Amino acid sequence: MQHTLSVLVQNQAGVLSRVSGLFSRRGYNIESLAVGVTENEKISRMTIVVEGDNYVVEQVSKQLYKLVEVLKVSDITDEKYVGREMVLVTVSVEPSQRGEIIAITEIFKGRIVDLSRKTMMLELTGNEEKINAFVDALTSFGIKEMVRTGKIALVRGDIGE
Amino acid sequence: MTTMTGAKALVKILEEEGVKVVFGYPGGAILPVYSELQKSKIKHVLTRTEQGATHAANGYARATGTVGVCISTSGPGATNLVTGIATAYMDSIPLVAISGQVATSMVGTDAFQEVDITGITQPITKHNFLVTNPDDIPRVVKEAFHIARTGRPGPVLIDLPKNVAEALCHGKFISEVNLPGYKPTYKGNSKQIKEAVKLLKEGKRPLFYIGGGVAVSGAKQLGDLAHKLQIPVVNTLMGKGAFPAEDSLALGMLGLHGMPAANYAVSKCDVLFGIGVRFDDRVTITLDKFAPNAKIIHLDIDPAEIGKNVRRVDVPIVGDVATVLDTILEQVTPMEHKAWLSEVEAFKAANNKAYPAEAGYDLVSRQVVEKLSELTGGKIILTTDVGQHQMTAAQFYQANRLGGFISSGGLGTMGYGLPAALGAQMACPDDTVVCITGDGSLQMSINELATIKGQNLPVKVILFNNNCLALVRQLQHHFCNNEFFGVDFDGNPDFCMLAKAYGFEAYCITKTDEIESTLKEALANGKPTLIECLTNKEDMVYPIVLGGKGLDEMLIQADDK
Repeated sequence: MQHTLSVLVQNQAGVLSRVSGLFSRRGYNIESLAVGVTENEKISRMTIVVEGDNYVVEQVSKQLYKLVEVLKVSDITDEKYVGREMVLVTVSVEPSQRGEIIAITEIFKGRIVDLSRKTMMLELTGNEEKINAFVDALTSFGIKEMVRTGKIALVRGDIGE
Repeated sequence: MTTMTGAKALVKILEEEGVKVVFGYPGGAILPVYSELQKSKIKHVLTRTEQGATHAANGYARATGTVGVCISTSGPGATNLVTGIATAYMDSIPLVAISGQVATSMVGTDAFQEVDITGITQPITKHNFLVTNPDDIPRVVKEAFHIARTGRPGPVLIDLPKNVAEALCHGKFISEVNLPGYKPTYKGNSKQIKEAVKLLKEGKRPLFYIGGGVAVSGAKQLGDLAHKLQIPVVNTLMGKGAFPAEDSLALGMLGLHGMPAANYAVSKCDVLFGIGVRFDDRVTITLDKFAPNAKIIHLDIDPAEIGKNVRRVDVPIVGDVATVLDTILEQVTPMEHKAWLSEVEAFKAANNKAYPAEAGYDLVSRQVVEKLSELTGGKIILTTDVGQHQMTAAQFYQANRLGGFISSGGLGTMGYGLPAALGAQMACPDDTVVCITGDGSLQMSINELATIKGQNLPVKVILFNNNCLALVRQLQHHFCNNEFFGVDFDGNPDFCMLAKAYGFEAYCITKTDEIESTLKEALANGKPTLIECLTNKEDMVYPIVLGGKGLDEMLIQADDK
């Protein structure tokens, strides 16, 4: 099962290498890892998607805590959270097909970010499922190049009573 | 604030931290630090390799319970630290290793003697630092010592580029460290402690299984609790010495080459309290046959150890051994376990069967170890190398002193024993320090005989020489159909002559009746001494628990089936 971990770390040189090194040497599989600074510039948030059962995820979490720069590890898999990935995809497009691509992009609420005589570059954010569906819809046109980010995630606020 | 160079700031904090001895090996990149060391009161011991320096610092740390310090230059000096750092990491020994580094302007250019030692040591250090700003030095060094000694101890490396050591340091000298991501848990969860107390009260056949964590913290409390509740104690290799072997509740080492009484007790107990241990594979062997009838309580300061190997822990407690045992002591009333203790007493009968069979010579290592134990009362500092002699020492040396048994447990590093003895003797100049070694292990660090002689240390080296890597040979006996390969040392030197060349006294014994007189003479001579004992390579270490078996299914002697 896939777990999503939200990890707060001190924003210091080498911390990414410590975290990724830990995963590889203990034999844990990282599906994706995204890292960026938080509202506090001294602290970064890593969103790590890891494959494994509860035992593996508990071990991952405990081992992460042993790293001196790691401040907090949360397994948010079962919490209400907003998770987003982003994709940039360049599609081969004959001028006659542009309308169809524009329509698909609009359906997914994506954006067209570049245009050349025979290609279009599209941008989409969303959860993994939505991005997969978007990419599937474009495959028949011929995907020239594609890049996807790892998932970033934040837990939703509590509205209360 | 007075301004000083980074190197001076480093040495100043070493002094503040109470460092009296450092073990090291200089070179170009670390020269600024050496210049400051020269002006300091800290004693520098020049070993013969950097690896020797790490093991010596390890032995020093274990003999004193303080942080050991070793220093190297960049490049090959730093890579030579690696085995020693890994040894300390696996055994949770507090070390601060300081390596020189090429100047920051050269870092990343494959400069002469440049190596990415922080990258290399990342998996084998508790934490490491590459210092790029001289102002950081006071904070970094302070943090390094704090991290090394607190929580679950371990090695910390500081990589110091030459220009950073030479530059002026404007950093503040701090008295307290502030590491928001590093807060070891000392006090155990009170609900879990209550659960543990309940299990201990209910158990008819409770057993304490103690490890290195008890040697670090809580040996006294453990002793008090064992007596108050009349619960017998088995120890790991790392736990040896933390509970006196002469105590009637002590059953000795458990596991792969454990004592029969200890292994039977583990298999029979109904409550197993693991204290400062990690359920290592050399202890459990076959997880589903390990303590099959027992509810398990596991106390360790490292949360990641709990549930890592043995997943069916009934009561997990994260905390410091001394602190948690103090709480437990308050919550229990004295108990007796007469039936269980007499059952355990009967297990001890099997201990005497564990002599190696097929002894071709008169001399077997166990006799020497037992005599040493008897003559010293188990009160000396004994270091070992790795191999058959190590297991024999762990089985038959009756350690009655905390920190008195020093051996490479987790990593099993050959070449550890001699430099560790050097470190221990530097720490405790008035104590008897003995290194038990084999001809394989000794030759991995034999150069440190010179360091020992150079420091005029009266270290005794007991060498079991069978011209063979006999523990590997034993594995080939059990698992490779007696197809022995790559284990015979052709061309071993005359060790006595070699020891004499290093300025050691030397004895060679081959007969049982020479053991006592030779040991007595050597222990009394006040000089560095080698005692070579010629043993038979066919000797085996028993008991042994073969793969897939439970501890109670161990082979106690060679003809056991």
